[in-house]
Amino acid sequence: MAKIIGGITTSHIPAIGIAMDKGLEDTPYWKDFFAGYPPVREWLNEQQPDIAIVFYNDHGLEMFLDKKPTFALGCAPRYENADEGWGIATIPAVTGETELSWHIANELIEDDFDPTICQEIKVDHGLTVPLSLMYPGHNYQHLKVIPVCINCERYPMPKPSRCYALGQAIGRAVESFAGEQKVVVFGTGGLSHQLDGERAGIINSSFDLECMDKLVNDPEALTKYSNDDLVEVAGAQGVELNMWLAMRGCMLGNVKEVHRNYVAPISNTGAGLQLLINE
Amino acid sequence: MSSKHRDVPGTIFFDGPMSTKGYSLNKMCYSFNNADAREAFKSDEAGYCDKFGLTEEQKEAILKRDLNALLRLGGSVYYLAKFAGLLGLNMQDIGGMQTGRTKEEFQAYLDSQGRGKNNG
Repeated sequence: MAKIIGGITTSHIPAIGIAMDKGLEDTPYWKDFFAGYPPVREWLNEQQPDIAIVFYNDHGLEMFLDKKPTFALGCAPRYENADEGWGIATIPAVTGETELSWHIANELIEDDFDPTICQEIKVDHGLTVPLSLMYPGHNYQHLKVIPVCINCERYPMPKPSRCYALGQAIGRAVESFAGEQKVVVFGTGGLSHQLDGERAGIINSSFDLECMDKLVNDPEALTKYSNDDLVEVAGAQGVELNMWLAMRGCMLGNVKEVHRNYVAPISNTGAGLQLLINE
Repeated sequence: MSSKHRDVPGTIFFDGPMSTKGYSLNKMCYSFNNADAREAFKSDEAGYCDKFGLTEEQKEAILKRDLNALLRLGGSVYYLAKFAGLLGLNMQDIGGMQTGRTKEEFQAYLDSQGRGKNNG
């Protein structure tokens, strides 16, 4: 059976991609942030996962307000990145996956989840920045990526509890897939931040750290929050925690944290990184 | 069940009514993913707004770079970010613009909640 070998949470903000393009990793502003990544890269290099399921949100590259899925699942052999309008460099195409992804699609429907199935979508920084972070020099083509896009931009948005349950359903689907594939799951985005309005700039580091603790040992507690709760305590874009919860849902059973880093502010956010593995 | 959101001061929930109100504005900003569209806007800002059917208020807010007005008029931050990018502004620039701070003051506010918390 295919197996989920671990879960990774990471920020996905565009400023990270821009910093990598400019070679700023060792500058005072960035060094604490980038110093967190080598242990995760080493783990990926040792484990050599075949497939990565990446929970991300589309910030207006592929999905406009005209047709906007609540949950979308990619089943394509390849995904292109493209100009997002404000200066992050376009990166090479991402390799997709067409067997486990369709199996997940079938299993999700049986499990009463009804995602939009996508055979051709452009993927934005929400998905590409994490890949660039894990595989510097854009050396990620060997990894087959299954994108799972969650609406975090327009209300009504899926609830945290629902995102966690989606992850659990995907975790069960992976476990029922006949194959020997090693699968890693990424929860991207977050943590506390607000980009818009008179309240722009709020960061709640103590909440972020509490989320990282609970994500390991008590994720159910995080599913008790509503999206409005998250906005109030963690800023308008604090709802990106939903991608982390979906990742955690995939990891059925007990997990342990083997690596963590947290730096705030990175751009306008609290930037968290965690590597979780099944016990 | 009501779709009304909690009152969080300084925050506009981008929901159905706001999405309806701001559709043309956001559609224009979405077009800025395309480099030719960015150039077309720069060469005739008001004309480009008219092409997308913005209201007079929305057009005025675009011309004045009034981001808080644009949010009130249905703009989504994700599309307004593309407008900001076209103007050469980053998230700290627009953070300052929306909160009545200079960029440096806004950065200091961010720092005060994180790495600068224990450094005064």
